[in-house]
This record gives sequence, structure tokens and C-alpha cells, in this order.
Amino acid sequence: MFGVPLALAVGGGEGFYILLRRMQAQTYDPHALPSPLIGKRPPAFNLPGAAGMQGFANTDIAAPPKPMLVNWFASWCVPCTQESVMLDRLAGGGLAIWGVAYEDDAQNLQKFLAANGNPYQRLAADVDGTTAINWGVYGVPETYFIDKAGIVRWRYAGALTDDVVASTLTPLLEKYS
Amino acid sequence: MRRLLLLLALLPTLAFAQDMVTRDGVTMTPAQETRAEAIGDQLRCLVCQNESIEDSNAKLAAQLRGIIRTQVVKGVPDKNIMDYMVQRYGIFVLLKPPVSPLTWLLYAMPVLALLCGLAAFWFGRRKSGAPAPLDDAEAARLEVLLRE
Repeated sequence: MFGVPLALAVGGGEGFYILLRRMQAQTYDPHALPSPLIGKRPPAFNLPGAAGMQGFANTDIAAPPKPMLVNWFASWCVPCTQESVMLDRLAGGGLAIWGVAYEDDAQNLQKFLAANGNPYQRLAADVDGTTAINWGVYGVPETYFIDKAGIVRWRYAGALTDDVVASTLTPLLEKYS
Repeated sequence: MRRLLLLLALLPTLAFAQDMVTRDGVTMTPAQETRAEAIGDQLRCLVCQNESIEDSNAKLAAQLRGIIRTQVVKGVPDKNIMDYMVQRYGIFVLLKPPVSPLTWLLYAMPVLALLCGLAAFWFGRRKSGAPAPLDDAEAARLEVLLRE
């Protein structure tokens, strides 16, 4: 009879231990939300270019030749600065990354790109954040993986790290290319 | 005289104009604002996840409050406004999760807990029934103890 509460406590403790360990290993984020866009195409939009680059519309990412990333960022966002190193490396490896500058100022955006490099093949500006709301973006940076059929397969909220790239992005690229 | 009459005729519209409220860039009647607040209270702010959109100071929450108010003024039903949010952010945006296969366990929890409690109570009682009758040696010892 006393074994039952004991077993429950041990089971609960073990559950918490696994949870905390996975949080520490950054394979589990309790604040991350599943995106309703997964398995669907992004909603209709048409954004102008930013920093002298070409913008894009939903039709431009409807059938990319290779899987690609759409990266939402802003010059005022601190983790975006940290993430730029990773994005440069991924772009250098031949991955197509299209950027959307979220509620950004043109001058600050230019400075940000000059300081941190520009990994983007195309760069659009979502000045009022309406397209971000339609995508379900709830912060920057956010990265969407789009396959060759133009379907969103993965959304990552936060700066892409080595762990995330190794554990999720690389397998996705292998699966969908 | 005509001017005075015109002014008098305009008085009700003045009162009406004073009654209007403006929040998050949308001007509406107090009743519409109350309706918008009731909707916003049921929605989670995605940035500070334990606050409702109404309570949050986050910029995204202010934008979503503006969207809710614009739609309320247009006369969009509550359900459609909720669907608009769920379509973009998933059911996590609802502070009260809907009953669905994903939340069955959550809603069944009070009943399950009650059943577990009843089961524990029943098992506990069954064991502590009347004690087994004393054998001869025990009866003799009891006799000795009682006499002392």
C-alpha cells in the first residue's frame, strides 16, 4: 500500500529529471509553440524588398528548386546578431536563405547587415508586422523550413544553434532534398 | 435662432462622440470595447505566455488587441475572431483549451483523481476489518494482562 505513493513520487521525479536534462541539452524548449503552418503553404503575402534587395511573395516560395529557409529577424533583436554567424555558415554551405526584416528601420537594417554579414538571397521588409501575424510569428528570430513543394515542414523560434542544426535541420535537409 | 436650433440638434451627437473610446488605435463604443476585452481576456499573449492579450504590454499583444477591436467594430462574430487567432497561433493561444483528443486527459483528470481516491479509500477500509479471533495462547495472555 505504501509502495504506490512511493512509485508515483519516483516516477514523477524521473519525469522531471528527463525534462530538465533535455532542457539543458536544448532538445526541449517548454516555451516553444507548435506552428499551425506545419504541413501547409505560407499564407498569401507580397512584401517589398529591403536594403536594396529583391522582396518576395508567397508565389515565389511555392516551388523552390531546393529546400530553403525563411528567416525572420530584426536589427533591434539581440539573438539575431548571435544567429547571423550560423546563417552565414549555412548560406556558405549552399543553403538558400530568404530573409524578412520584421518591423525594422531601413537605416538600422543596413548597419546590421554591414556589421553581421548578409546571408540572404532575397530580403523583404514587413514594416507593420501584418504578414508576421498571418504566419503566426511571435518573436524574432524565427526560421521556417520550406520543402520543394513549398510546404512548411519545421518552424524554429529562437536563434539557430549548432545543436539545433545538427539534431533537426541537417536531418530535414537530407529528408527533403 | 436657426443657428441655435442647429446647435441643439447637434447636441446628442456631441454626447455620442464623448462616449466613444479609443484603444490600440481603434475608436468604438463602450459596448464594443467591453466585447473586445472579453475576447482578449480569453487569449494568451504569445510573448509573455502567462498573461492574456488584454493584460500584456508586449507590442504583439497591442497589435492583436487592435485586430480584435477592428473586427469587433466590423461586427465579426466572436467565434470568427477566435478562429482567426487559432488559425495563426494554434490552440495554445486559447487560455481555456477546447475539449479535443489532445485535452481529453486534462479534462478527465478531476474524475480520474476522484476514482483513485475512492479506490484507495475502499482498499484501505477492506484491510482494516475485524481482527482475527484470538487463539488459546493469546486468550490466556490477555487474561493475565487484564488481571494485573
